[in-house]
Amino acid sequence: MTALRREFFAKPWIWSFMGAVLVFMVSLAFTGGAGAGGMAVAALSLAAFAVVVGLGQMFVISLGPGNVDLSLPANIGLASAVAMKIMGGSDAWILAGILAACAGGLAIGLANYWLIRALRIPPIIATLSMSFIVQSIDIAYGRGLQVKPPPAFADFTDWRLLGIPVFVLLVIAITVVAAIALDRTLYGRSVLAIGQNMRAAWLAGVKVERIRCFTYGLCGLLGGLNGALLAAYFRGSSVDIGNEYLLASIAVVVIGGTSVAGGRANVPGLWGAALFLVLLQIMLNTFGADASVRLVTTGLVIIAVITAAGGRRQLR
Amino acid sequence: MSEIVATRPLASLRLSPARLRAALPFVSLALMLLAIGWLNPRAISYLGFNLMLNLAVPVALATIAQLFVITVNDLDLSAGYFISFIACIAVTTLGDHPFLGGLAIIGSIAIYAAIGALIHLRDLPSIVVTLGMSFVWQGFALMVLPQPGGKAPEWLQGLMGIRIPFVPFPIVAVILIGLVGHIILMRTPYGAVLRGVGGNSAAVARAGWSVLSARILAFTAAGVFGVLSALSLVGLSTAADANIGAGYTLLAIAGVILGGGEFTGGRVSAPGAVAGAVTLTLASASLLSFMRIPPDWQIGANGLILVIVLAVRAAIGRRP
Repeated sequence: MTALRREFFAKPWIWSFMGAVLVFMVSLAFTGGAGAGGMAVAALSLAAFAVVVGLGQMFVISLGPGNVDLSLPANIGLASAVAMKIMGGSDAWILAGILAACAGGLAIGLANYWLIRALRIPPIIATLSMSFIVQSIDIAYGRGLQVKPPPAFADFTDWRLLGIPVFVLLVIAITVVAAIALDRTLYGRSVLAIGQNMRAAWLAGVKVERIRCFTYGLCGLLGGLNGALLAAYFRGSSVDIGNEYLLASIAVVVIGGTSVAGGRANVPGLWGAALFLVLLQIMLNTFGADASVRLVTTGLVIIAVITAAGGRRQLR
Repeated sequence: MSEIVATRPLASLRLSPARLRAALPFVSLALMLLAIGWLNPRAISYLGFNLMLNLAVPVALATIAQLFVITVNDLDLSAGYFISFIACIAVTTLGDHPFLGGLAIIGSIAIYAAIGALIHLRDLPSIVVTLGMSFVWQGFALMVLPQPGGKAPEWLQGLMGIRIPFVPFPIVAVILIGLVGHIILMRTPYGAVLRGVGGNSAAVARAGWSVLSARILAFTAAGVFGVLSALSLVGLSTAADANIGAGYTLLAIAGVILGGGEFTGGRVSAPGAVAGAVTLTLASASLLSFMRIPPDWQIGANGLILVIVLAVRAAIGRRP
């Protein structure tokens, strides 16, 4: 029993799931149990979007201090426009649209890495510069774009299996693959090794630059995928569709128990943290709180959680 | 980052790359002015500078605010919405109840100081904490001013409308801002401790200085300059909205980096940062419109300038 308890407290991400359940219970108590199913489905769907980009951000942050991708919101915005434009509302082009969005995201991720490597600048500055550029491309490319997603793609976000949206199950599958990749593959172990000590990893024969390149590319690709999915879910693209994912992607990683100092990642925690943050918003909505109160509460909760969890070193 | 500190004495032996790097922000600014003068000679005039550089004042102040935080190796992602919040206070409470408005502003600076203390005491990543705070300030701004509007106090509009003979007021203002930042960071013991914390906080602590106080000082200074930025902004715009300063977070970071500031190690330059801020203001507002490039590309131009300048810096040599 004590062993079980120790095991329980040794896994900080369990707290994020408990927080999510608690917030969900409070909302249900407030509504008297009405709308539980709808609330759960909405929470799962919105959490899935945060998890997709959170995964990419988690691998990047795990590379060690200073590694973070600030270009995700711009990337997501551009990808949503690219996906909608390529699909052009036609079911036949769905796959091409998704692939184009992912390819665009991958290109942005690789360009991020190229800037970091070629200019020898901190990733924060590289991805920040990149986000300026991508944002402008998106504004010029996607302005006034009113293309609706193809009917089949829009319907896809409503498909259910045993009451759970199919795309949520897909994201869960991606998470499982990522968890296995992190724990059991050369790639995952290399990322963590670099995060713990880049020089030691290099001396041990880890292909440091190749792994970093792959990680930034992966993060960009997941951002692109998220852009396409969001455009389907919200029935259209927009320049600021990805704005909230700057904080969300970093917050789910940190609250989910991944070390901001790098070298220690946690995949299940992403889901707990994402559900917690989304359910918090839903709870405040059911209370009838207006936008300003929701913003203040979300900010304070994130600060409170990180303060309680404590950090070890700077994300710089 | 300890290697940088260790090789620092070498800078005096190989002067030329170091000098080139220090001159880079000012060379970029000069090139920018040359390009503008070539495209539109009439812009290089008393009136032209007054118009082109008006917005450089709040941007330069926001850049100095960010500079203080970057000096101690932190990053402030809440700066933009903090400026928004203060701007909203300035166009509402400050005009009607100056005492209450002033109290709110002082209280906000105290919150900034507290954030610095929290980051230090719990050893938290500043990015996450200030990202959280950006939501808080945005929420506060919406509470104070749900709809765009309000009216800046007369004295503030008057202050920003000052016209002095021969030299355009914004030029005097930004030079003064750079000078004040330079004196605080380079000519006072506090500045030396701040830069020391950025370079090697353990050494500073062992020398008997309080790193906690240093970090509180840095965030307080950031709060004060953020307030000044917001006040000068509404002095120009006369009205405000909850998103008025949203773009300033990234613009200010870009200004610091453009101005030759290193991201870690406490190596910063206040005059350089101000030059960087002015360059970015000129690029996004004036150069593009003279080149007849649509405003869609404003933000992108800033990113491109950042990349180009950093590329030149890398070419000169990363470690002088």
